[in-house]
Amino acid sequence: MWDNLYKEIDIKYMLEVKNIHSQIEDKQILKGLSLTINKGEVHAIMGPNGTGKSTFASTLTGKDGYDITSGEILFEGNDLMELDPAERAHLGLFLAFQYPVEISGVSTTNFMKAAINEKRKANGLPPMEAKEFLALMKEKSELVELNKEFLTRSINEGFSGGEKKRNEIFQMAMLDPKLCILDETDSGLDIDALRIVANGVNKLRSADNAFLIITHYQRLLDYIVPDFVHIMYDGRIVKTGDKNLALELEEKGYDWIKESLANQ
Amino acid sequence: MNAVDKKMENTNDLLIEKATELDYKYGFVTDIEQEIANKGLSEEIVRFISAKKEEPEWMLEWRLTAFRQWLRMEEPKWVNVTYPQINFQDLIYYAAPKKKAKLNSLDEVDPEIRKTWDKLGISNMEQNKLANVAMDFVMDSESVFTSFKDELEKKGIIFCSISEAIKNHSELVQKYIGSVVPPRDNYYSALNSAVFSDGSFVYIPKGVRCPMELSTYFRINAENTGQFERTLIIADDDSFVSYLEGCTAPQRDENQLHAAVVELVAHDRAEIKYSTVQNWYPGDAEGKGGIYNFVTKRGICQGVKSKISWTQVETGSAITWKYPSCILKGDDSIGEFYSVAVTNNHQQADTGTKMIHIGKNTRSRIVSKGISAGKSQNSYRGLVQINKTADNAYNFSQCDSMLMGGDCGAHTFPYIEIKNNTGKVEHEATTSKIGEEQLFYCNQRGIGDEEAIHLIVNGFCKEVFKELPMEFAVEAQKLLEITLENSVG
Repeated sequence: MWDNLYKEIDIKYMLEVKNIHSQIEDKQILKGLSLTINKGEVHAIMGPNGTGKSTFASTLTGKDGYDITSGEILFEGNDLMELDPAERAHLGLFLAFQYPVEISGVSTTNFMKAAINEKRKANGLPPMEAKEFLALMKEKSELVELNKEFLTRSINEGFSGGEKKRNEIFQMAMLDPKLCILDETDSGLDIDALRIVANGVNKLRSADNAFLIITHYQRLLDYIVPDFVHIMYDGRIVKTGDKNLALELEEKGYDWIKESLANQ
Repeated sequence: MNAVDKKMENTNDLLIEKATELDYKYGFVTDIEQEIANKGLSEEIVRFISAKKEEPEWMLEWRLTAFRQWLRMEEPKWVNVTYPQINFQDLIYYAAPKKKAKLNSLDEVDPEIRKTWDKLGISNMEQNKLANVAMDFVMDSESVFTSFKDELEKKGIIFCSISEAIKNHSELVQKYIGSVVPPRDNYYSALNSAVFSDGSFVYIPKGVRCPMELSTYFRINAENTGQFERTLIIADDDSFVSYLEGCTAPQRDENQLHAAVVELVAHDRAEIKYSTVQNWYPGDAEGKGGIYNFVTKRGICQGVKSKISWTQVETGSAITWKYPSCILKGDDSIGEFYSVAVTNNHQQADTGTKMIHIGKNTRSRIVSKGISAGKSQNSYRGLVQINKTADNAYNFSQCDSMLMGGDCGAHTFPYIEIKNNTGKVEHEATTSKIGEEQLFYCNQRGIGDEEAIHLIVNGFCKEVFKELPMEFAVEAQKLLEITLENSVG
C-alpha cells in the first residue's frame, strides 16, 4: 500500500533524480546529484568544463557505459535505469546532441520516418500516413527555418555547426518529446544561428513539456529564459536560483562558486 | 489496383515472409526425377554432355580443347580465401530433369517445379508479364521454361537457353562464345567451357531497345552437382538490354561448387546493364556447408560509345570469388561496377572488378561496398589498367568497407597500371565501423539496435542499390537485413 501511495506522490514530478552517483572507468563523475523537474518548466544547468554536465545527459538518456552506482532516476514514475535508450525515447526523452552524428546515405527524412514509426509501434500505433508525415515535416522545418534541401541530404553529413544544431531542434519538434535535453546546443553557434535555435525552442515550449538546458555560457539564456538555474560543480548541483543566478555567474565567474564552496 | 502496385504488394508479402524467417528460406529440395551423369570428369563425360545436348561437332571440339587445357592448369592460389581441396573427380557434371517436352502453357510444367516457383514467389507468370519481367528458369542445368518468347521474337530479340542457341543460332554462338572469356583464361573458365550444361543466351538486334527486364533464376538442385552455367549476351549497334540474375540454392551439408562464365558483348553505342542478386546458401553459423562460387564475368565494350554496367549484391555463398570486368575497347566507351558484398558468420568473399582501358576517352567507375560481420572475411580486389592507346582515359574508384563486431576482416587490394600519361585515376577508400555513437544516436531517437543497423547499412549501400531495378532493390535491402540479423550483440 505504501508503495502505491509513494508512487502517486512521485508521479506529480516529470523527472526526479535522487542522489545519483556514477563512475566511468574508476573515476567518480556524478557525486550525489539531485534534481526535480515538473511539466511546463525550463531548467538550465551551468558549470565549468569537466564537471559532469554532459555525463548527466548521457546517463539520463542511457548511453552505454553510463550507469549509476547508487541513487534513482524516475521519469513519470518509471525507473529509467531499467530501460534501454530507445525505450526511454519512446517515453518522451529527447537529447539534442552536442556533437550530432553523421549517417552516410540516410536522409533526415528517412531517419525521422524511422524514428516516428518506431515510437508509434512502441505505442501500438500503425505507421504514420505519408501525407501526414510530409505535412509534419513541412510545418516543423519552417519552425526552425531549415531549408527543404537539408531534409533529403544525408543526415549531418557536410552540415555546418549551425545546421547540425538546427537539425537537432527540428528533430525535437518532429518527435514532440516530453522532456527535451539540450546539451551545449549553443556551442559553436554564431548569433544568428543561436537566435533561430532559441526561437525554435521557445515555440515548442508548452505546459505539457519541460526543458533541461545544459550550457557553459549565459548567452543562450538571454533567448531562452529559464525558470530555474542550477550550478553544477564536481558532480553535483551546488546552487539553485532563478534566471538572475545565471547573470550573477556570468559577472562573477566560476571562481566565485569555487570560493564560496571552499568557504563553506 | 494497377499492375505495378499488384506486383509491389506481392513483393511486399514475400518480403515480410522472408524477413520473419531466420533460417535460410530457400533451403528446400525439389523432388523431380533426374538424369544424372556418373561422378567424375573425363573426356567421356565431356562427350556425354555434348551428346546429351545434341550439339554440333564444333561445340564438342571446343569443349574438348577446353578440357585438355584445364588438365594442364592449376587452381589459383592468390585469392584471399581458404577452403578444403576440391576433389573434382567426386562431382557430378551433368544432371537434367528427365521430362523436357516443349511446353505450350504453364499447366504443362511439372507440378514439382511449379511448387518450387511458388516458394520462390513466382507463382503466377501472368504477374511477371504484368510487371514486365520475362523469366528464363534454369532448374539445375536445364532450361525448363522460357516465357514471353513470342513478344521478344517480334522485335527480333533472342532470349533462350544456351543449349537451344547452340542448336538454333549456331553461327552467333560460334562467333561469340569464348571471345570475351577464352577457355584458357583461368582454371574455372576452362572447367566451365568443358562441361557447361546450360545458361542463357541473349541477342538484341541493331537499334532495338529490349522492352522488359530479362530475368533468370538459377537454382542448384541435385546433390553433389556442380553447376556450370554459361551466359552470353550480345547487344548489337544502338541497342539496350537490362538483364537480371537472381540466385538461390537449397540447403546442403556438403559444399557445392559453382563456376559460371558470363560474357557480354556491346557493339557501337549499345548498352548492357547486368544486375545480380546472389543469395546462395552460405553455410550454417559454424560455416558448415555452403556454396563455393567461383565465377568469371566479363564484358567487352567492342563498339564506340558503348556501355556495360555491372551491379551486384552478394549476400550468399560460403566462398565468393568473382570479378565482373569490362574491357573498354571502343572509343568513348564506359564501364561501371557497383557492388555490395556482405559476409557474415564464416563466409569469405574476394570480389571486385577489372577495368581495362584500350579505347580513347574511355571512362570507368567503380563503387564497391563491403560489409563484414561475424567471423567473416571480405576482400575487394580491383584492377584499373590504362593501356598505351587509351588517351584521356578516366577512372573513379570508391571502395568502402564497414565492419560489424571485432572478429571480422575487411581488405582492399587495388591495383593500378597506367601506360598512358593522359589518363586520370581517382581512388577513394574508407573503412568504418558501425560505431557506438551512431547506434546511440539512433537509439536516442527511439530506433532500436536492429532497425538502426538496417538504416545505417542501407544508407551505406545506397549508391549501389539505386542502380538496381526497383523490385530488385527492395529485395536486396531485405536480403541484407536477413543476412545481418543478430550480427551486432
